[in-house]
Amino acid sequence: MTYSKLASASAIVLAATTLSTKAHAEDLTLCWAAWDPANALVELSKEFEAESGHTMNFEFVPWPNFADRMLNELNSGGKLCDLLIGDSQWIGGGAENGHYVKLNDFFDAEGISMDDFAPATVYAYSTWPKGTPNYYALPAMGDANGWFYRKDWFEDPEIQAAYKEATGQDLREPQSQKELLQIAQFFQGREIDGKTVYGAAIFTERGSEGITMGVTGALYPWGFKYENTPGSYDMEGAVNSPEAVEALEFYKEFYKTATPPGYTNSYMGESLDAFKSGQVAMAMNWFAFFPGLYADPNTGGDKIDFFVNPPQNQPGSTLGGQGISVVSYSDKQDAALEYIKWFANPEVQAKWWELGGYSAHNSVLEDPGFVDSQPFAGDFLEAMAGVQDFWQEPAYAELLLAMQKRIHDYVVADQGTAQEALDLLIEDWTEVFEDEGKL
Amino acid sequence: MSDRTIDRVAQATPVRVARKIRGLSDRAIAWIFISPTIFLLLAINIFPLIWTIQLSFTNYKANRIGREVKDVGFRNYERILTDSDTWLNMQATAHFLFWTIFFQVLIGFTLAWLINKKFKGNDLWTTIIVLPMMLSPAVVGNFWKFLYQPQIGLFNYIVSWFTGKDPSSFEMLGSVTLAPWAIVIVDTWMWTPFVMLICLAGLRSIPDYIYEAAEIDRASKLRQFFTITIPMVLPFLMLAVLFRGIENFKMFDLVVQLTGGGPGSVTELTSINLKREAFEKWRTGYASAYAIILFVTVFGLASIYVKALNKVKQR
Repeated sequence: MTYSKLASASAIVLAATTLSTKAHAEDLTLCWAAWDPANALVELSKEFEAESGHTMNFEFVPWPNFADRMLNELNSGGKLCDLLIGDSQWIGGGAENGHYVKLNDFFDAEGISMDDFAPATVYAYSTWPKGTPNYYALPAMGDANGWFYRKDWFEDPEIQAAYKEATGQDLREPQSQKELLQIAQFFQGREIDGKTVYGAAIFTERGSEGITMGVTGALYPWGFKYENTPGSYDMEGAVNSPEAVEALEFYKEFYKTATPPGYTNSYMGESLDAFKSGQVAMAMNWFAFFPGLYADPNTGGDKIDFFVNPPQNQPGSTLGGQGISVVSYSDKQDAALEYIKWFANPEVQAKWWELGGYSAHNSVLEDPGFVDSQPFAGDFLEAMAGVQDFWQEPAYAELLLAMQKRIHDYVVADQGTAQEALDLLIEDWTEVFEDEGKL
Repeated sequence: MSDRTIDRVAQATPVRVARKIRGLSDRAIAWIFISPTIFLLLAINIFPLIWTIQLSFTNYKANRIGREVKDVGFRNYERILTDSDTWLNMQATAHFLFWTIFFQVLIGFTLAWLINKKFKGNDLWTTIIVLPMMLSPAVVGNFWKFLYQPQIGLFNYIVSWFTGKDPSSFEMLGSVTLAPWAIVIVDTWMWTPFVMLICLAGLRSIPDYIYEAAEIDRASKLRQFFTITIPMVLPFLMLAVLFRGIENFKMFDLVVQLTGGGPGSVTELTSINLKREAFEKWRTGYASAYAIILFVTVFGLASIYVKALNKVKQR
């Protein structure tokens, strides 16, 4: 009788324990863009599921619709995402509009230090107001705009000789923006293996952020600045400086003389397609795509190499990448925070890099073997040392769309001059900041 | 049979209810029946319209919930109407509207006139011609994007075959001069069948005896066409123009797929700009004012047009 009572009690306790564990196991949804690193994250997250008992679901949205879809979700207070890997420019809006949970107390309680992450990524992906120790995200995916090229063509003796004859210089990875253009112009319309090829695939997309992300790759190396003094919103003379005008004219010349025909509305996908189809000698794109490009059976491996966005007056690369945030409308914030704690672990970060994600953790980046771990790892480090980002203001979408319009009007639609385009851009941005009460 | 049913219903109706209903006038019963529709109309159309008008006088932004909403008077309207970009969008829309309607009416009527002739395979041709209209605008946009591709696009190769020009020497979607025509071509391809069907209905509604009488009077075919066919089809044609005009004034999906409003802003129609202001920049107050301006424009033009249509019908 005693044994049977004991057995019954044990069964009840066991059942209760099981039920209680199940009650704490949550179904978490992580939202991000649909691209190569997202697949790596799915793989990585399986470990989290095994360790925590939580189930991870993923909502990946293609890049052209990512901002629209996710910002609508946040603005409507939606509960779809418990965790969001949002673009760096969203951090201001995420913080000021109360979409993201402030993580300072959590970081303090769990011993997560932002000093363990690359400073540029903490500044860009985590802080609001910029540079202050107010954290709304953990750096999740370091990224910048870089370049890749057909190494086999660059090493072809006939092509090298033709380049030498045409320019008097050796064909090599470009050391400046002007050399980049010179190489692209050399390849433009050239016959290689019986096929007409073109110089380079650059970003010209009008609808979302494409042409802005592309043109800043020229503006930053020329010394472009958004404000004369950071935080002053004093843009006259900075945004339309002679250097900025020269850089914009350069980008237009690049578009007109060194890109494939019909390349009027192209972004990441088109750049990858142009390169993989053997249409261009060089292409710009985010480092996030480089592991996939290197693994490509047709144009990867020995046929490809990578270089950081070349300097002109100074080094400068356009920042990409994202931080991971907990959405304030989520009912499962505790489980979401558990995920962030797990993700911040140096061992997980090392595995993240192995699988194709770009870790921003110092333990990964400062590892002596990091530079040689991938053919683009050294370029990634160099790029991240010189990155600049677009405005991260809550009104960033208005600022971005104004730039998209002014730059596309000038570069692709041939309207007005570079000086006029940048002057008009200042007018647009001034209007936005006046509406925001910041001017 | 129906009398019996009515009797049965009357017998089955409880006396109290019957008394109450008997007390209601026909007008009251009519109101009871249409009140759910009116309620829905108010909730779905009228209330949002009034709210939009109210928002158009504020600086409200739908993505900034906690932000103070200020009354800005007519500032949004003033900004829109004095912004040169607004007028460029209006010009792009007017160009699109005029030329799509012109070509659709011209080709649609011609096709209807040809199809109306009795010939073998008439029905098959009608089905083939109306196919584009059945496709989704998103599919049509993507499909034509490939056709217009300078290096592999069939359209460029066909033009090249006729003109001897290199196919990749011109960009239908990337050229400032060609892009506005590229979207006109696609919309015409897609919606001409619609105009054709309406014209066909008009042509088939003309009684044969009128033509027979004209024949007896020895009226030439040309005279019959201008004095019988055109006047009798005109109300149908005007109706088609009205439908296409309203549809194309709010054209969005097809053009977004094709050009995204580019190159630059040359194909940025008013509806595309409105969407950018409302759901990308989140300037809700400004976008509301923009929407009201467009609404008044369409409503005004449509009212004038409907009056003209009624006059034509009365003739």
